[in-house]
Amino acid sequence: MIEIKDLHKSYKMGSNSLHVLKGINFSVDKGELVAIMGSSGSGKSTLLNILGMLDVADTGDYTLDGVPIKDMNETKAAQYRNKFLGFVFQSFNLINYKSAMENVALPLYYQRMPRKERQEKALKYLDQVGLKEWATHLPSELSGGQKQRVAIARAMAAEPKVLLADEPTGALDSTTSYEVMDLIQKINDEGNTILVVTHEEDIAHMCKRIVHLKDGVIVEDKKVKQVRASAYV
Amino acid sequence: MFDIERWQEIFDTIRKNKLRTFLTGLSVASGIFILVILLGFGQGMQNGISAEFEEDASTSVWVWPGTTAKGYKGLNPGRRIQLRNENYEHTATLFGDDIEYKSPRIFVNNVSVNYGNEALVYFVQGVSYQFQQIENATMSEGRFINYNDEVGTAKVAVIGNKIKKDVFKDVETPLGEFIDISGIPFKIIGFFGEQEDREEERIYIPITTAQKVFNGGDRVSNLAYTLPPVENFDQAAAQAIQFKNELQTYLKQVHTVAPEDTSGIFVWSAMEEAKRFYGLTGNIKFFFWFVGVCTIIAGVVGVSNIMLIVVKERTREIGVRKALGAKPWSIVGMILHEAIFVTTISGFTGLIFSMGLLELVGPHIEVDYILNPSVNFRVALSTVFVLIFAGAFAGFFPAWRASRVQVIEALRDE
Repeated sequence: MIEIKDLHKSYKMGSNSLHVLKGINFSVDKGELVAIMGSSGSGKSTLLNILGMLDVADTGDYTLDGVPIKDMNETKAAQYRNKFLGFVFQSFNLINYKSAMENVALPLYYQRMPRKERQEKALKYLDQVGLKEWATHLPSELSGGQKQRVAIARAMAAEPKVLLADEPTGALDSTTSYEVMDLIQKINDEGNTILVVTHEEDIAHMCKRIVHLKDGVIVEDKKVKQVRASAYV
Repeated sequence: MFDIERWQEIFDTIRKNKLRTFLTGLSVASGIFILVILLGFGQGMQNGISAEFEEDASTSVWVWPGTTAKGYKGLNPGRRIQLRNENYEHTATLFGDDIEYKSPRIFVNNVSVNYGNEALVYFVQGVSYQFQQIENATMSEGRFINYNDEVGTAKVAVIGNKIKKDVFKDVETPLGEFIDISGIPFKIIGFFGEQEDREEERIYIPITTAQKVFNGGDRVSNLAYTLPPVENFDQAAAQAIQFKNELQTYLKQVHTVAPEDTSGIFVWSAMEEAKRFYGLTGNIKFFFWFVGVCTIIAGVVGVSNIMLIVVKERTREIGVRKALGAKPWSIVGMILHEAIFVTTISGFTGLIFSMGLLELVGPHIEVDYILNPSVNFRVALSTVFVLIFAGAFAGFFPAWRASRVQVIEALRDE
């Protein structure tokens, strides 16, 4: 599903150049649930941004579902993001003046799906994350865990090939964190490919594979026995 | 533009951001409102001033003799010019058709006026029967001097309403009463009203009587004319100026006044004065335009400010939309679409309110020099479009920059 070869990325900070990614080789198959771990400054967020086509690499190849991601203009990148990728962020990033359902329906709007269909589909996904009754509520009326579930529903609504989650539990207490991980595991069980960036060991162990990043290189890449989050809920 | 989905998205955004929308709209609407009101009053002032001149015989031309300032053809400077009956009669035949009404006037000085035992200190003037039209005097009672009075040197007097109020307030029927001028009884045949009180403090008697009885001989103090009305103001002004110049040339000639001497003969044309006032109203109008345009510029600046804030406030939202697959141009389109929609609606609201106010209040305004303020609809409409265009233009740059934001940075924006 994801193929990365010799990926380099550096940022210019004034006269200094900061080499963040120093040759990443990495591949993910369909249906995997991968945790990317590392301390801050290890380059995990940069990697996720490149994977999410929110940033471009200096050198190296990136192939997503057989499509080489290279020399893309903004419009093309936007199209690919919409079709291939779903995002879940640490700070939820729901649009605060839109109801839960409208938030979930937003990626479908950019797919030019008619309003009625959009709303039906959004409701379906809200139902899957168990928030159908909250469809008309604004994000400000939801708890943190509920917000993240809405965000996950939104990411899934476009039926992406890969779900990218950047510290999805970073702003949640442990109980809610496990609830969210339980949801991510369930989505993974249905055959979806998911990448989770985290720095929490227990969250990482709820994935099937852990990739350790340090100073811009992969230092460890191991399969782990998945801990089911439902055991904690 | 006709993408129904886009419209729904815009309406959603507007409905859920009422304050922001309201503030943008308010700055646009008030800009248009102020501009239209200003333009309306500029027009109102112009209307008012022209109306003011229409009320008084606006085409009147007056001749006043003076004292020569220059020697000419062997005559010394400092010579007093005296107008005579023949000057008046000659101009009457010379300009014939160019004149609508005409009258000479003589000031009867050094006479005592009495009513019974009461001494009246008012001016006595000898005038011709057409003087009423020249002064635009309206008769409140009785009649003005007529042709027969003039030919028959009748001893009749026409008196201003102010005098009537002051002197005859206790007399039941003052009409037909007699006043003594230098011991000679004059019968009161009418009372007249004028625009100004000062002009109601006069006693008019026939000019022939004034000349015969009070040793006037054939001397005349003033000549007064009105010109026939012409539809077009510029034409009327040109006509008046031409008449004035010809009259002046003739009078200077017969009184041997140097052509370049400005103090020998004065000819004053109301029309020429009016033209000067028109020039002034033109300047006032220009000033109002200037203020109005500044208001519009302030409105545009306001709109672009709000656009900047809107974009700043929505940076995170724009980042989210981009992460979810919004193309750069759809971001620009969304922001501009909303801005143009809001400016259009509020621009027209301001237009309708201000035009409505002018329509409703305008005709009832009763202030000197302001009459029926109104505005050219097409001018007002174009200013609305200018504002919409300028608002869109001003909003484009922040919108475009917003569409370029790096998603990661936008999402970090707290």
